[in-house]
Amino acid sequence: MGEERRVLTGEHFLTGDHACAEGGMAAGCMFFGGYPITPSTEIAERMSLRLPEVGGIFIQMEDEMASMNSILGAAWGGWKSMTCTSGPGFSLMMENLGLGIVLETPTVLVNIQRGGPSTGLPTLSGQADMMQAKWGSHGDYEVIALAPNSPQEIFDHTIKAFNLAEQYRTPVLVMSDESVGHMTEKVVIPPREELKLVPRNYTKKKPGEYLPFECGEDEIPEMVKAGDGYKIHITGLTHDKRGYPDISAEAQDWMVRHLMNKIQKNKKKIIEVEKINMDDAEVVVVSYGISSRVAHRGMDLARKTGVKVGMLRLITVWPFPDYMIKELAERVKAFVTVELNFGQIALEVERHVAGKAKCYLVPHAGGDAHKPEDIAEAIKEAAK
Amino acid sequence: MKYWRKPLDADTIKVPHGKIYVVREQCKGCSFCVEYCPKDVLELSQEFNKKGYHPPIAVREEDCVSCGLCELICPDFAIYAELIEEGETTEETPKKTDKTEKAEV
Amino acid sequence: MTKPAAHLETAIVEQDTHPMADLLRMDRMPHIWCSGCGLGTGLTCFIMALKETGIPEDKVAVVSGIGCTGRVAGYLNLDSFHTTHGRGIPFATGLALANPDLRVVVYSGDGDLVAIGGNHFIHSARRNMDLLVICVNNFTYGMTGGQAGPTTPISAKASTAPYGSYDYPFNIPYLAIASGATYVARWTSLHMRRLKNSMREALPKKGFRVIEIICPCPTAFARKNRLGSGLDLMKHYHDNSIIKHGADPREADIDMNGKVVCGTFLDIERPTFRDFQTENIATQLGGE
Repeated sequence: MGEERRVLTGEHFLTGDHACAEGGMAAGCMFFGGYPITPSTEIAERMSLRLPEVGGIFIQMEDEMASMNSILGAAWGGWKSMTCTSGPGFSLMMENLGLGIVLETPTVLVNIQRGGPSTGLPTLSGQADMMQAKWGSHGDYEVIALAPNSPQEIFDHTIKAFNLAEQYRTPVLVMSDESVGHMTEKVVIPPREELKLVPRNYTKKKPGEYLPFECGEDEIPEMVKAGDGYKIHITGLTHDKRGYPDISAEAQDWMVRHLMNKIQKNKKKIIEVEKINMDDAEVVVVSYGISSRVAHRGMDLARKTGVKVGMLRLITVWPFPDYMIKELAERVKAFVTVELNFGQIALEVERHVAGKAKCYLVPHAGGDAHKPEDIAEAIKEAAK
Repeated sequence: MKYWRKPLDADTIKVPHGKIYVVREQCKGCSFCVEYCPKDVLELSQEFNKKGYHPPIAVREEDCVSCGLCELICPDFAIYAELIEEGETTEETPKKTDKTEKAEV
Repeated sequence: MTKPAAHLETAIVEQDTHPMADLLRMDRMPHIWCSGCGLGTGLTCFIMALKETGIPEDKVAVVSGIGCTGRVAGYLNLDSFHTTHGRGIPFATGLALANPDLRVVVYSGDGDLVAIGGNHFIHSARRNMDLLVICVNNFTYGMTGGQAGPTTPISAKASTAPYGSYDYPFNIPYLAIASGATYVARWTSLHMRRLKNSMREALPKKGFRVIEIICPCPTAFARKNRLGSGLDLMKHYHDNSIIKHGADPREADIDMNGKVVCGTFLDIERPTFRDFQTENIATQLGGE
C-alpha cells in the first residue's frame, strides 16, 4: 500500500459517486471528513476505503458543520481535503462554507443534489440548490461551482475543483445531482503522469514578511500551513491583510471587494462551457448536470423539425458566464433554460439577457428528469 | 511572615529581591495584583493612565521577593517583577533602561 | 496615600518588555477583555505553562470559537485560528490529523464549547482526539451582554433569564469524563499556579484533555447577579473552592452560592483516534 494506489489508471465501470471519490484521490486528496447522507454517501464510503491506502485519513464526523470545519482545518494543516453532502447536509454546511471563503481556504465540497425542501426526496434527483450554492451562506461572496453531467465528468471535475481551489485559494463546489451520482458508466482514469494537478501555492516569503491575505493584481493570496513558523492568525471576523480583526466599514469594503474580485476578475480563466450546435442557433438551450443530457435529446428532437437550436451547457455554473449570455442575447431569438427546479439559473439567464431576447424556463420539481418531448415543445414555442 | 523560631540556616539563606515593572498603559485597574501580592508590595496609584484606570505602584518595593505572582495574576500583561541578582541594586540601571522611566505620583 | 517619595517611584515600561511579549501579539494590546475579567489570568498561565514545557512555539496551534474567550487565538503569537461559533473542535480535528507534529489547543468559552459546540465536544472526547481543550467558564455569554448559557447556575439571573435561570446547567468535568476524555481538571482564575501546572502537565499528553477555568465575568454575570467586581469574585473563589483531586465528577456541580470543587478529576491513558486508526489500518492493509 502507498502512493502507487492513488491513481487507478484504466477503464472502469463506476457510479458517479465512486468516480467523484476517485477524482479526489487522483487530485491528491489526503483528508475526508464527512457525514452520511443519501445520495452522496457512496463518496464517503469509497473514500473510507481508499484514503487509508495512501496514508490519508477518513473521519466520519458527528454532523455536517463538523465535516466542513474539519476539512478547513486539514487544509491549514497542509493537506488537500474534501467532503460531500446532499440536501439538508448542504444547508448545514453553509455556515462554514462562509468560513472557508473568508479564510480563503482551498478545499472541495461536493453536493450530490436531491429533491427538497427539507428532507424532501433523499433518493431522487434535484437541482434546486444552485442558488443556495451562490447565496446560501450569509453575506456577500463569490464561489466557484461546477456541474458535471456524467460519471466521467464528475471524476474530471473533482480534479478540476481541487485545481481551482488551489489556484484561487477558495473552497470549490461540485454541484452534481442524484442522477449523475447514482448513474453507472464507463470512466477512464488516465495515467498518473497525464493528470494536470495544481500544487498548493506556498509562499516563498519568510516568517515576518508573509501576510496571509496580502495579494497582488490577481487578488490571490499565497498560502502557508500551520507549524511552519509563520505564526499566522486567521479569523472569520472581517480582517485586514495581516488577518487581524478590523471591525470597520473600510476593512469590510476592502475584504468583501477582494473576495468578490478574486473570482470576478479571473472569471474568464475559470469559466468553462460546452457549446453544441451554436453556429447557426437562433434558440439557445441553457442547461447543466443531468438536465443537460435530457435537454440535448430535446434539442435533437427540435432540430429534426427544423428549429435552429443550440445548447450552452454550463460546466462552470458559478461564476456565471454572464458575458456569454450578454453576447448571445444580441444575436439570438430566445433562451430556454432547462433545470430541475422552478427557475434558479433561469433567473441569471434572464437577468443578463436583460430583455434583448425572449426567455423560457422548462421547470421541473425534481424526482426524475424532464421529458425530452417537453423540452422540444418549449424550444419550438421559443422559436416562434 | 513571622517565624515562630529562628531557622537553623537563617544566616546562610538569602531572601531574593525583585524589581517591579508596570506597563502603565495596559493596566485596567482590577487590583488583583494589589490584593494578592503576598508581600503587600503594591498599591493602586492615584494617577490615571490614558484609559482612566489607576495602575499599581510598588510602595514597598524593598519587600518584593520576585515571586512572580503579580505577573501571573495580572489579566492585562501590565506588571512583572525581575529578580535582582546579588550585587545589583535597584539604583543600578535595569537592562531595559531605554524604555524605563520613573512614575511621578 | 502619603508615602516617602522614594517608595513611590515604580519603573514604568513599554508593553514589549513584558516577559510574555514574545508569545503575544503585542500590536493588538491592550486586549478587549474588561477590567476584572479572569480571561487574561488564564492566558498568562497558559503562556507560562507553554514556556515551561519547552514545546517549540512553531509546533503549537491554537484554535478558538466565538465569544470573549474566542479572542484568545487572536492574542497569542502562535499559529492561531479564530473559527465560527462552536466549531473550534472540528476545525482543530482536521488541523491535528493533517499535521501530527502540531500540539493543537482549543481555547474557548463554555457557551461555545458545550452549547453550540456541545456535540463536537462529546464526540471528540469519544474519539479521544489529540486535543487540549481549555474551557473558560464564566457562566454566561459575556460578549453578547450576559445571556443565560449551558453553565448558568439554577436561579442565576441573566439577560435572557430575568427571573433567574430555570434550566439545569452542565457540569463540564462530568460531561467530559462521561464522554471519554482522558485528562480532566478544573481550576478557578485564582488558582494560577495550580492552573499553570495543570496546563503544563496536560500540554504534552496525548488524547482529549479538558481543563475548565472558572472565571470572573464582572461586567455581565456578576453585575446581573450583584456579585460585585472581578476582585470580589476572586475572593469568592478563595473562600468557596475546595481542592479535591480525583473527586467524583458527579459531585462537582456548581450552584449559585455553593462550593467549587477544583482539582484533577481524571488522568488516564487510552488509545487515541490516531492510535486506533494507524493500528487498524496497519492490521487490515498490512505493508508499511
